Amino acid sequence: MSAFNAIGEEREIDRDEYTPGVEPQPTWCPGCGDFGVLKSLKQALPEVGKTPEEVLTVTGIGCSGKLNSYLDTYGFHTIHGRSLPVARAAKLANPELEVIAAGGDGDGYGIGGNHFIHTARENHDITYIVFNNEIFGLTKGQTSPTSPKGHKSKTQPSGSAKTPLRPLSLSLTAGASYVARTAAVNPNQAKEIIAEAIEHDGFAHVDFLTQCPTWNKDARQYVPYIDVQESDDYDFDIHDRAEAAEMMRETEDVLNEGTVLTGRYYVEDDRPSYSQEKHAVGEMPDQPLAERYFDDDAEWERSYDLLERHT
Amino acid sequence: MSDELIWRIAGGSGDGIDSTSQNFAKALMRSGLDVFTHRHYPSRIRGGHTYVEIRAADREVQSRGDGYNFLLSLGDSFARNPQEEAYYGNEEIKPLSENLDELREGGIIVYDEGLISEEDVEAVNLHERAEENDWHVFPVDLRGLAKEHGREVMRNTAGVGVTAALLDMELEHIEDLMSDAMGGDILEANLEILHEAYEMTREEHDFEHDLRVPEGSHETEQALLSGSNAIAYGAIDAGCRFIAGYPMTPWTDVFTILSQNFPDMGGVSEQVEDEIAAAALAVGASHAGVKAMSGSSGGGFALMSEPLGLAEMTETPLVLVESMRAGPSTGMPTKPEQADLEHVLYTSQGDSQRVVFAPGNIEEAYEQTRLAFEIAWDYQIPAIVIYDQKLSGENTNVDVEFFDRDPQPDLGSTLTEEELREAAHDNSGKFKRFNHEDAENGVSPRSIPGQKGGRYLATGNEHSPVGHIEEDPDNRVAQMERRLEKLESIRAELDEERDSTQTYYGPEDADYGIITWGSTQGAVAEAIERLNAQGHSVKGISVSDMMPFAEKEVTEFLESVDEAMVVEMNATAQFRGLIQKELGRFGDKMTSLLKFNGNPFEPAEIVEGYEVNLADEDRQPTAQVRIEPAAGD
Ligand SMILES: Cc1ncc(C[n+]2csc(CCOP(=O)(O)OP(=O)(O)O)c2C)c(N)n1
Ligand code: SF4
Repeated sequence: MSAFNAIGEEREIDRDEYTPGVEPQPTWCPGCGDFGVLKSLKQALPEVGKTPEEVLTVTGIGCSGKLNSYLDTYGFHTIHGRSLPVARAAKLANPELEVIAAGGDGDGYGIGGNHFIHTARENHDITYIVFNNEIFGLTKGQTSPTSPKGHKSKTQPSGSAKTPLRPLSLSLTAGASYVARTAAVNPNQAKEIIAEAIEHDGFAHVDFLTQCPTWNKDARQYVPYIDVQESDDYDFDIHDRAEAAEMMRETEDVLNEGTVLTGRYYVEDDRPSYSQEKHAVGEMPDQPLAERYFDDDAEWERSYDLLERHT
Repeated sequence: MSDELIWRIAGGSGDGIDSTSQNFAKALMRSGLDVFTHRHYPSRIRGGHTYVEIRAADREVQSRGDGYNFLLSLGDSFARNPQEEAYYGNEEIKPLSENLDELREGGIIVYDEGLISEEDVEAVNLHERAEENDWHVFPVDLRGLAKEHGREVMRNTAGVGVTAALLDMELEHIEDLMSDAMGGDILEANLEILHEAYEMTREEHDFEHDLRVPEGSHETEQALLSGSNAIAYGAIDAGCRFIAGYPMTPWTDVFTILSQNFPDMGGVSEQVEDEIAAAALAVGASHAGVKAMSGSSGGGFALMSEPLGLAEMTETPLVLVESMRAGPSTGMPTKPEQADLEHVLYTSQGDSQRVVFAPGNIEEAYEQTRLAFEIAWDYQIPAIVIYDQKLSGENTNVDVEFFDRDPQPDLGSTLTEEELREAAHDNSGKFKRFNHEDAENGVSPRSIPGQKGGRYLATGNEHSPVGHIEEDPDNRVAQMERRLEKLESIRAELDEERDSTQTYYGPEDADYGIITWGSTQGAVAEAIERLNAQGHSVKGISVSDMMPFAEKEVTEFLESVDEAMVVEMNATAQFRGLIQKELGRFGDKMTSLLKFNGNPFEPAEIVEGYEVNLADEDRQPTAQVRIEPAAGD
């Protein structure tokens, strides 16, 4: 039996269970895209059969980082850019936990960029939702790694000289085994993609376009989007790396021109997750590590069993 | 006859000096002697002059001593790589020439004739110097001998054979250790070389020198351990089963030892992208219910400042180890220094608090690592073990019985699901994990994700009892006060319920005090012994509790002496500054003896520092140490 009763519990889960009573109320601005992410998560979690207690949401800092303040799961609101290393370790410590990491584009692609690349490379079995509003929200409107070239802000008053980062292509290249983009303005697709991402065994990266009406009024997230799975104009195999890469490139190019493409871009079902790989080489125990501490019968090897080689 | 042997083996790094010396040290230990090893190496991987020193005596040896009395100089084989010649120049002779200054009068030199020519030897005036210092010089063709029976690299074994013969030592322990480490043809060849070198030396040389292996007398079994081993084993016995790290000398040793042992004991080790990630992973694993640690050296620890603060604010138990090397910045990667004390005590934003222990020897390294885990998990606070390159790499023998105790996998102030049912929740069903109403000693018990009835939010922001971001002034003050209370409670527990983590030396009623911390302890202990033997009245304290500071014990110590000298390996007297800050007085009683040239203190330097300080002259000791006079309060 699991040391954590709430894990693996089977029952009907009510959406309201994810809402922590009356407090705290979200402090996001009216019209903020972040509400959309919160809503889709609340819809997706019961759908995939996860109880609030078997879910750990790990966030960074930014408007986006407040996600788990408004979601009634176990939560860890960490520091700017560091949600992924915290999330990875929690999953390694207890693989039975459903670990969902989230943060902003500044948080995840900027300050946390190094962690993003390596988490994707290792294909940890976690879901990573990036609230991509192409701006720093919480610090009041500075240019972010995804802001378009020429974007003017208080810190880049003459317009950014930098080419925006391409998050989808980056995570595919780095090794993510599920890559999708969705948008707050399309709740149904968002819910489905998030549910899929949670169920995916491996690193699932969802670039979630969220509008920031306060600082990024002319962002393209407002314009109608096209679902690449729904549209006949886009035909590619999401299991084929090369085709997915080509499609992502197109998606990222046209975004600069004002066309928003969303949907699933890459799904690799048969790639083992990091903990499976680690287990295969003998570096991951069978029993969840965290469980041992609650197991009275666990055998604890001692250092003095190792002393022989020193005598 | 000398009562101690200090054997130095010198050669090129990558030439097997390490394993040879490790085996020889073990052989001496098995013959009943106490041993202490000191390793000197340059910051490069192959080639370059390096040495290991083994001090052995029939009494406790706590430092490398002053100088040494037996040199086995192997020559740098790597210097003979023809393509590299241009770079290495005359490195070949260095293992001989570079070591002569510290060789004691009457000492022995064995050098490899096969590598070092007579001309080379003349060029460094060896014969003249030998006469002046009464050295006994034995040139032996170690290389030739090794080649004849096996391979050239086995000349180390030949050197050990010659050593054993000259010192009148039995070969039994050496043979045993060789059979443990190798087999087949390689073992055969090595044994042949060992015996031939031994017999040859006994036949061909007279034994006019006085040096012999002292007789040893251990009653119980001993283990030869480094500080890194002790820290790793302390962590294992504390129940640590998760480590995340990024390599950096000298912390890498601890990381490696745990990575190699964890797979067999169901632990997880992760080498990650940088030190920010490493410490953040340890925080994540600990949050999810595992005893976890990370660590680094100065530069990497700088990156850990952020996750360290996060652990404190979210009250996530965490152990970090910091192995100091000379700084600032990348500094001298393979040289010890004690200059990261302030860095470790005060890094991270806000009124940040953590527990810091500074073990001074191998046993303390083991015990204080265990203690760090226990306190971190009981009080939900980060604990740091700070040590240095010297303690990390030196090996001493420890009584095996010292380790015979229970492991401690318990998660301290963590609730079970039954206990959670009884605990306080808010009206939406969230667990009041950061409850400040009836917290004992500042600790509010925690839950682990996945437990029923334990949902809460951990956040690095200031937060309410259930973990919601909260800037209400009353809540802020209540939470801060609760967190601050932990350090006081820990101080009280250390003072009242536990054996002292401070170590004392010399007669209690002495007039003069020497205060030190960390790995300098051994040299100080020996200096105090010598000073008292010379008729001075000196005692010492080696302090381990840096935060919370060992206030009571240091105060009592300073009150009981007329004057004190604080000995530490840094240029800015950081530890003395800490004493003055914590106690608010005694500034005019304390002189500092400082060393920061990359080499650890030797006992004689401390004796000299004492003498110069007492004589109250306006001069500095002769070695590269500095006296900084008392400051006044
Ligand atoms: C180490 C560190 N640097 C800077 C900050 C300040 N900071 C907080 S949020 C943020 C940017 C957030 O932007 P983004 O990740 O895009 O999230 P958004 O607010 O737009 O959701 C910054 C720079 C911080 N908290 N920590
Ligand atoms: S600043 Fe922008 S991102 Fe932040 S809450 Fe307001 S609208 Fe949303």
